[in-house]
Amino acid sequence: MLTALLILFPFLAALLVFFTKGNNARNMAMLFSVVEFVISMAAFFQFKNNPDSALLSFNTAWVPSLGIRLSAAIDGLSLLMVLLTTFLVPLIILSSYKNNYNTPNYFYGLILMMQMALVGVFVANDGFLFYVFWELALIPIYFICLLWGGENRSAITFKFFVYTLLGSLFMLIGLIYLYNHTNVEGLKSWAIRDLYEAGRSLTASQQSAVFWLIFIAFAIKMPIFPLHTWQPDTYVTAPTQGTMLLSGIMLKMGTFGVIKWLLPIVPLGLAKWGSTAICLSAIGVVYASIIAIQQKDFKRLIAYSSIAHVGLIAAGILAANQQGIQGAMMQMLAHGVNVIGLFFIAEILLQQTGTRDIPSLGGIRNLNANFAILFLIIVLGSVALPLTNGFVGEFLLINGIYQYNAGFAAFAGLTVILGAVYMLRGYQNIMLGEVKPSVHFGKLASTEKAVLVIICITIIAFGVYPKPLNDIAEQGTKAILQMMK
Amino acid sequence: MIKLAALIPLFPLLGFLINAFFGKKISKGLSGTIASITVLASFIVSILIFMELHASHEKQHVVNVFSWINSGSLQIPFEFLIDPLSSWFLLIITGIGFLIHVYSIGYMHDDEGFTRFFTYLNLFVFFMLLLVLGNNFLITFVGWEGVGLCSYLLIGFWFKNTAYNNAAKKAFIMNRIGDLGFLLGIILIFVTFGSISYTEVFDKAGTAETSTITAIALLLFIGAMGKSAQLPLYTWLPDAMAGPTPVSALIHAATMVTAGIFMVVRANVFYSISDVASNTVAIVGVATALFAATIGLFQNDIKKILAYSTVSQLGLMFLGLGVGAFSSSVFHVTTHAFFKALLFLGAGSVIHAMGGEQDIRKMGGLWGKIKITAITMLIGTLAISGVPGLSGFFSKDEILAHTYEHSKVLWLLGMITSMLTAFYMFRLLFLTFFGKFRGTHEQEHHLHESPFSMTVPLMILAVLSIFGGLLGLPEFWGTGNWMHHHLDPVILRKNDSVLSHETEWTLMILAVAAAAAVILFAWMVYMKNRVLPVNKEEQLKPWQRVIYNKYYVDEIYDFLIRKPLDVLSNIFHKFLDVQLIDGIVNGIGSGVKSLGSVVRLAQSGNIGFYITSMVLGVVLIILLTFLK
Amino acid sequence: MINGISINYYLMLSTVLFIIGAVGVMARRNTIILFMCIELMLNAVNLLLVAFSVLHNDASGQVFVFFIMAVAAAEVAVGLAILSMIYRNIKSIDTDLLGNLKN
Repeated sequence: MLTALLILFPFLAALLVFFTKGNNARNMAMLFSVVEFVISMAAFFQFKNNPDSALLSFNTAWVPSLGIRLSAAIDGLSLLMVLLTTFLVPLIILSSYKNNYNTPNYFYGLILMMQMALVGVFVANDGFLFYVFWELALIPIYFICLLWGGENRSAITFKFFVYTLLGSLFMLIGLIYLYNHTNVEGLKSWAIRDLYEAGRSLTASQQSAVFWLIFIAFAIKMPIFPLHTWQPDTYVTAPTQGTMLLSGIMLKMGTFGVIKWLLPIVPLGLAKWGSTAICLSAIGVVYASIIAIQQKDFKRLIAYSSIAHVGLIAAGILAANQQGIQGAMMQMLAHGVNVIGLFFIAEILLQQTGTRDIPSLGGIRNLNANFAILFLIIVLGSVALPLTNGFVGEFLLINGIYQYNAGFAAFAGLTVILGAVYMLRGYQNIMLGEVKPSVHFGKLASTEKAVLVIICITIIAFGVYPKPLNDIAEQGTKAILQMMK
Repeated sequence: MIKLAALIPLFPLLGFLINAFFGKKISKGLSGTIASITVLASFIVSILIFMELHASHEKQHVVNVFSWINSGSLQIPFEFLIDPLSSWFLLIITGIGFLIHVYSIGYMHDDEGFTRFFTYLNLFVFFMLLLVLGNNFLITFVGWEGVGLCSYLLIGFWFKNTAYNNAAKKAFIMNRIGDLGFLLGIILIFVTFGSISYTEVFDKAGTAETSTITAIALLLFIGAMGKSAQLPLYTWLPDAMAGPTPVSALIHAATMVTAGIFMVVRANVFYSISDVASNTVAIVGVATALFAATIGLFQNDIKKILAYSTVSQLGLMFLGLGVGAFSSSVFHVTTHAFFKALLFLGAGSVIHAMGGEQDIRKMGGLWGKIKITAITMLIGTLAISGVPGLSGFFSKDEILAHTYEHSKVLWLLGMITSMLTAFYMFRLLFLTFFGKFRGTHEQEHHLHESPFSMTVPLMILAVLSIFGGLLGLPEFWGTGNWMHHHLDPVILRKNDSVLSHETEWTLMILAVAAAAAVILFAWMVYMKNRVLPVNKEEQLKPWQRVIYNKYYVDEIYDFLIRKPLDVLSNIFHKFLDVQLIDGIVNGIGSGVKSLGSVVRLAQSGNIGFYITSMVLGVVLIILLTFLK
Repeated sequence: MINGISINYYLMLSTVLFIIGAVGVMARRNTIILFMCIELMLNAVNLLLVAFSVLHNDASGQVFVFFIMAVAAAEVAVGLAILSMIYRNIKSIDTDLLGNLKN
């Protein structure tokens, strides 16, 4: 019930918003996204009370002849992802209150559409349904980037679209291959359990093939080195809210996908190719971190830092142990919040000073001390200082990777150092020192302040007391690991 | 009372929150007072806890605050451990912390960032207390990184100055290098023992293989190298003098930089088991001590001299740890906290009097002008130089005696270090307080003694520097070494002295003689002959210039690490990322496109051609079907 | 056997008609003639359908023919309308001049 509501509500809301004129669309979208968050909180408490509650799942036939069912459920891991989505979307909408977009009704409608698809991806328990939502998520973001993006947007958006679509097709092949190997009393099925079983009945070399087919789709979405080159351009060109959706939530489709739709399906494939994939992820961590050091555009710097973070997450997931996966879950939540904060900072800088170019900024701390503090807290969350939300995840991740291979952990752990290098460099050059004559920076609007304060509170609150989310992540991870045995 | 241990870090946290949120609304005096009182409150609680622990037979008390991170078999509660080691460090941190807070009220009085300063300072105390209180490695790590953050904030306190900001960033990043080692060490501990709680891990330490223990000990030591400024990660500490002087006294002399020593003492059982690790610690320690002491000889900035002296003294403490004299090192941490805080605060008072001047070449003859500062500084200098009877003498001597039984070479190097220390400290004292005044006329006119809030802490610290030695009178005097006795429950594998009393006496007399000779030499050079440091670098001999420029270590790091990283970043971005990887991606795209442009020729738009090819196709299909 | 005439003759006739139509479509460029040739091919097929319908004594073949004739008539109507539009625009009905969809 709740699950269906979580998917349907944003869809209906999006339709309503589509047909609203002017800036009312924004207020309505804001309202609806908050309601959606409340619904997800209801799901959260329901889950705390009774994880097996019937309210949290639904399952009806859709195309019986092909074994396709409308089947979705909230379990521990998907609950966390849904909470992340429903928490971030209102923030993303609130962050846009200073912008005046053309045809706001389409803009906000598309964001709500996107939310529906994202929630769908996280809760789907049917391979076909998962794929449908997976592709559905691409459509709104494509239009958001294409219609409201920056310079050279059509070429860049096109590249992004084709790149991810190509990856998805590989996944489709993999899923169909698995589907053809299901056998439930003589019939085929798309149900996730049956796909798990089908995957595990395959030989090692078949599993390897399936592993790569599906992994490529996820790797492009995250993105993992060397499939990442669409990302910096797209992040920079997309409108800030689009970038937030992409980096804050959509990226997690990939990492979440690996946990739920890859690890339990192909244990043998993972055993064979896991180290290669981890190696790529770890290379990506260091590679992107090093590139970030010299970036001049703050948004691009964050884009590369995001590649580094997600590389660490992927490596932790592929290590496939309790600490690795749980750390990945925690880090996904933290990264979603922090990266949105950072992109919003970049947007504020652009609006206030007219540029995001780091060398031409400087000394903003003299002009707005509160902004400097909020910025610093987000930076600290991003470099995973203890007692910020980033730390729990990063510690568990490096721990998990270490148990897989100490060398990888030490190498990927360089992010601890390099992250501090590029983040503090960026922070110092933008905020500290004397004010550059060309730099002007006024007060923050109340909506801007609200967004940043909420993000900062979240960063500290879940750094100091991560238990509520951490317990769910722990249970969810245990369930997945159980499934893998 | 022990059950209320959580109060100790809570008070400074409260002070931090009050100043952070209401700092702008309350007056300067109030915010300074609130900050100081919260630390005083912690100090009082610390004393009560210390007394209670002292009286109790049970020497380990675990206080659970809340459950923090759980992940399968990895259970990390937010838990505090009260034992002789942590309770002792609590006293140092809150006690000296309180004095320095009081001092800062006077020192920072005219600074526009007054409340911000106290906000950071309280936050620092909070994290430092977490560091020593934690009952597992991760809580210690929380404090460890937290104090690093505060150090970053306070070094870059005057954020308009780019050089200061760079120093702050350097400190943070250098520390992070160590922190990665520490983090990996913690993880290895978890992998080996299945827990990271002190109370569990140290009991099991004997069960692991020595090579694993060595790896753990070395990784932890990398963390200590960063935090306690040991070779090769020491360069941030001299630069950290960019921060306000009370910060240098509290963070970069008395407390934070000794965190590395605290951690090694905490994990002493690992170092006792692994000879490789303990020898590494000893060698790195003595090398740092000697290296920094030589640099100290040629510095002219009063705070830089003290900074290198701190690095050198920390090296000496690690030497002590390396030879297994754990309690002696803690003893030296304590006395060092007294006299080095005193020296820094005294230096601050001098700088205050001189209107911001830090170059000792431009001072001189201050003895009569700022009497209290001068006398307390003299006491501090005597203490650090190892003059008999003062605190530094006992603690240094204890470390050197333990070193002697371990290795004569290390002992010799340690002796040379302490001689160099005595020399450059007296150089500083003579050049600053004696001779003729060398500053501007305006400065001379402006000279004044600091207010009471600054001089009272100086006097208290001076008294502590004199009598601090009583905490650890030599064992062979028959008086009993209190410090040794106090820390006994914490040191899991004992290493009892084997030296004869005669040897110990000889060593002590040797040390006294050496100190006396060096002080006399310094007196000859700077008082009798009135030698002044040259003003221009060109007048120095080549070898002196190398030392004067700190062996060019910063430049070497710049050349070996920073520059290549920047270049690598550009290569990765411009060549590898944009050209190669993205080039391949775009290449595939344009390959498809050009294939399309070939195939599209077939779509000429000529209807006749379409139909012809259609009919031909149909015929072909029919033919193929029939031929089958 | 339909009224004494062998099915082979129907087959031959319709094949010839169809080939004439097909060749016409391929070879000629005048759109009107193309139309006529297409009609020729359709009718060749119609003839065949009717012949077989009688042969197998099954009326559905003839029903198909009605459908085809109706569709063909509609198609011609639409086609001729397009044709007259084309003629109005380019003063010609030569297919070679219609190579460019864009204009």
